[in-house]
Amino acid sequence: MNRGEAIVRNIDKPLVIIYLLLMAMGWANIYSAAYDPDHANLFDRAREYGAQSIWICVSLLIGAAMLLVRGQFIRDLAYPVYGFVLVLLVLVLLVGREVNGAKAWFGVGGFGIQPAEFSKFATSLALSKYLSGLKTLKEVRSRVVAAVLILLPVGLIMLQPDTGTALVSGAFVLVLYREGLSGNILLLAIMAAILVVLSLIMKESVFTVPFTDVQYHGQYLLIFLLAVFSLLAFLFVRKFILKHRRKRIYAFLLFGLLGSAAFISSVDQLIDRMPLHQQTRIRVLLGLEYDPRGYGYNVEQSKTAIGSGGLLGKGFLQGTFTKYKYVPMQSTDFIFCTVGEEWGFVGSTLLVLLFGALILRCIQISDRQRSHFTRIYAYCVGSIFFLHLMINVGMAIGLAPVIGIPLPFFSYGGSSLIGFTILLAILVRLDAERLEVLR
Amino acid sequence: MNFDDRKYVLVAAVVFICVVFILRLFWIQVVDDSWVARAADISERKVTVYPSRGLILDRHGELLVANTPVYDIMVVPREVKNLDTLGLSRLLNVPMDQVRERLQKAKQYSIWKPSEFERQITSGQYAAISVHLYKYPGFYAQSRTLRTYPPHVGAHMLGYLSEVSARKVEQDPYYKPGDVIGVGGLESFYEKELRGKRGVKYVVVDVHNNVQGAFKNGQYDTLAHAGKNLYTSIDLKVQELGERLMRNKKGSIVALDPRTGEVLALVSSPAYDPELLVGRVRNTNYRVLQHDSLRPLFDRALQAQYPPGSIFKLAQAAIALQEGVITLNTGFPCNKALVGCHNHPFAASVEQAVQYSCNPYFFQVFKRLVEQGRSPNRFEDAALGLAEWKPAMESFGLGHPPNLDLPAVKGGSIPGVNFFNRIYGEKAWAFSTIYSLSIGQGEVLVAPVQMANMAAIFANRGYYYDPHLVRAIGSPDSLNKNVKRHHTLVDDKWFPPIVEGMRRVVNEPGGTARAARIPGITVCGKTGTAQNPHGKDHAVFIAFAPMDDPKIAIAVYVENSGFGGTWAAPIASLCMEQYLTDTITRPDVVQRMLEADLIATERDYVPFVSKRHKR
Repeated sequence: MNRGEAIVRNIDKPLVIIYLLLMAMGWANIYSAAYDPDHANLFDRAREYGAQSIWICVSLLIGAAMLLVRGQFIRDLAYPVYGFVLVLLVLVLLVGREVNGAKAWFGVGGFGIQPAEFSKFATSLALSKYLSGLKTLKEVRSRVVAAVLILLPVGLIMLQPDTGTALVSGAFVLVLYREGLSGNILLLAIMAAILVVLSLIMKESVFTVPFTDVQYHGQYLLIFLLAVFSLLAFLFVRKFILKHRRKRIYAFLLFGLLGSAAFISSVDQLIDRMPLHQQTRIRVLLGLEYDPRGYGYNVEQSKTAIGSGGLLGKGFLQGTFTKYKYVPMQSTDFIFCTVGEEWGFVGSTLLVLLFGALILRCIQISDRQRSHFTRIYAYCVGSIFFLHLMINVGMAIGLAPVIGIPLPFFSYGGSSLIGFTILLAILVRLDAERLEVLR
Repeated sequence: MNFDDRKYVLVAAVVFICVVFILRLFWIQVVDDSWVARAADISERKVTVYPSRGLILDRHGELLVANTPVYDIMVVPREVKNLDTLGLSRLLNVPMDQVRERLQKAKQYSIWKPSEFERQITSGQYAAISVHLYKYPGFYAQSRTLRTYPPHVGAHMLGYLSEVSARKVEQDPYYKPGDVIGVGGLESFYEKELRGKRGVKYVVVDVHNNVQGAFKNGQYDTLAHAGKNLYTSIDLKVQELGERLMRNKKGSIVALDPRTGEVLALVSSPAYDPELLVGRVRNTNYRVLQHDSLRPLFDRALQAQYPPGSIFKLAQAAIALQEGVITLNTGFPCNKALVGCHNHPFAASVEQAVQYSCNPYFFQVFKRLVEQGRSPNRFEDAALGLAEWKPAMESFGLGHPPNLDLPAVKGGSIPGVNFFNRIYGEKAWAFSTIYSLSIGQGEVLVAPVQMANMAAIFANRGYYYDPHLVRAIGSPDSLNKNVKRHHTLVDDKWFPPIVEGMRRVVNEPGGTARAARIPGITVCGKTGTAQNPHGKDHAVFIAFAPMDDPKIAIAVYVENSGFGGTWAAPIASLCMEQYLTDTITRPDVVQRMLEADLIATERDYVPFVSKRHKR
């Protein structure tokens, strides 16, 4: 059997179909979001869809080319690619073009290239390469190296600054978890998030100590409640738990309580250190502040656009909010509004389901790999898409704070489209080789 | 160590997030309607389409009131590019510093939204501006209509447009703040017909509040219905002539077609150019007019009430003949001891009494009307007589406002028994108390329009139609059906002798109004002079012509002009000649009338035109 034929036969068709579907939907929605009757041609360079059309062609070419690259070659190039992207990230800080306050772009002719978008697959490759060479993640040294691999590009991106793209690296925590990182870390992160939310909400209220005039903010009540809970737990443990187990639990309770108290007390300062717009976005999200004309404007407009779509939507090119540019950044970060308004609940649900299918398919593909590298890489891909979906759609419907990251294959922008295409194409190629590779 | 089970955690997380998103989407898109409402609220606008207001035409189809487009130059500061300030300043005739200042002001208001830059450029000026406007991006013209008065006459009867008051908005849900409404005159009386019906257009606006197109292709829009035209009975030439003749005089002219009650001319003087109350100059001019001591805003034709003077004798004679207290050949000596009179031959008949306008004659006539001997008590007798006289007099269209299609018409007053009882007490007055009524002096008050109506009654020999201005609304064929014929309480047979007297007034030696003659046309008329405690007597002249087929009845009232024959009669004559023959054969008389300035001597009078703010 010809090797090339085998590769073509083994290409994961569901993944490719989902990819093409998403890109086609994205194309239609960018056309709608940027629609201008005077420049109705899909390839009109005067509008965003004209440029996007070109990017789509470029992406398809690059994607097809990636399918021709042998897996071994990809694995060998993992570190060099990673290194190359790091160099680009450093360069962009030096000679990049500043757009919207972030030095994130190389200007090439009329186009801009955003190297941070490429760091996603580069880091995925490097991380997969490193982790696949390990037997276990238990050693401190390997954990440190993995962390460095992830944090190096994150740090450089934060310097631009582009908080959104940097946050996407959180996806790699999921990969590390899958590869053996203690679940407690994830649990701890979730607990911390809950504590932050609780203390921010509690902080708004002022309580009075019974029988005195002393007033205190709500977060101290939270600490007090935690302390009471710990005390009860302590009494419970002392009564019902075997003596030799108690010590560990006592320690856990004590450190948990002290840690939580310290954390809650410092949340304030943590939040205060953030730029004002980020603080407000969080407060708006939690319903602590109503600011429809200020920092809450985007979300309010976005929810209105989506909500007004109804069950079936207003139809292609018929969304008034979309057509008349009510939602800022509607062809990039808020492209989901166009989907919601013009295609309604049916269209938006289809989008969510397609992304869900894409992510689950990545996980499924991961499971059938004999190669560690491909397995880890597939997880990276799935996790990255998962984070984008969660944050981008979440912010558009008011479930996540406003963080500027693109919706893969939908948002306008060549770098992200090419970046995601390469990310996915590598996976398809590696997966197609799964029967040959014995590593 | 195998961590394969951990994939389920990830799968669960993905499924969980997807389910949460779908539920959330279901909530805001399908369940919660408020977002749809909010989107509509933000992106859809209801735009009112104002219909054009009906025109007002004269009886020959000449325009009295028309609509004229004016142009406001608007600016959207954001679209202004490479502004040639000097060029714009010259084009719009706005000083340089003003150009900068206005642009700055517009920017302060909004850089996205259009602001007014220059207001109300007339279409003539705009024609010159429009071809150059393209050189100034960000500037554009927005048209709207204002009232215009091509002949510049008839300010009082036409009324004007003004912004609707807050109270009116509250009372009438049709009006919205900022709407215009007719004030006074026909504009007010026929407001409902003239204004038409507003339409509504739903449009979609973009994020900068600029209109982007119709909402759902206009399927919810309603059309505006244009206001209906008013076809009036006014004869523009008579109206113009009347206003010219009355210049520099205080008073009024009312001309009617006796055959229909149609008003041919309605002049109140001093008048003002109706254009003075149009557009942005209205408020300034209104204040000036309001404070003018000559009270140009006061419509003397409808609202001034004067003692009628001798013209009252016509009705007195008719009623006396009807009640049989005199016969056609009753004569009374001119006994100046009873009441003052001028020198004239003995009035041996009703005809002569009218011709000579003999005051003592009508003293006797009214005495007989009032003292009919029904009661031995002369006080009671007078009350019984007057009670019978009042309704008869009122049947001549006096003592109550005419059913005229204009707002605020005064009805004068015919004093009756109750009136004098209130003043003097019951049985405390007799003929000797009220005798000045006999010659139209004293407590009787008549508005000029009623005087013209009286002329129409004698022209018709006994009846009149409700005077009215509008013959048809909407189309020239839809005749005004609100007009009723009213007969006096005097039989028709008593009128011809009085009319003969009126002929003599104008045409025979010894008549008081020979100045009213028109070559080739028999004019019948009656002069009157009403004593005025404040100054020179008021002069009045009523007439109709031609005698045998009356086509016009007219009343001319000139305040403080002395004897009625001097000023009022020639003016009436000229107006009738204009109407009947469409020519003026006596330019010398016109000239004399135009040169007559009867108000120049009045205190704090300021010559009429110079003071106005022309727009």
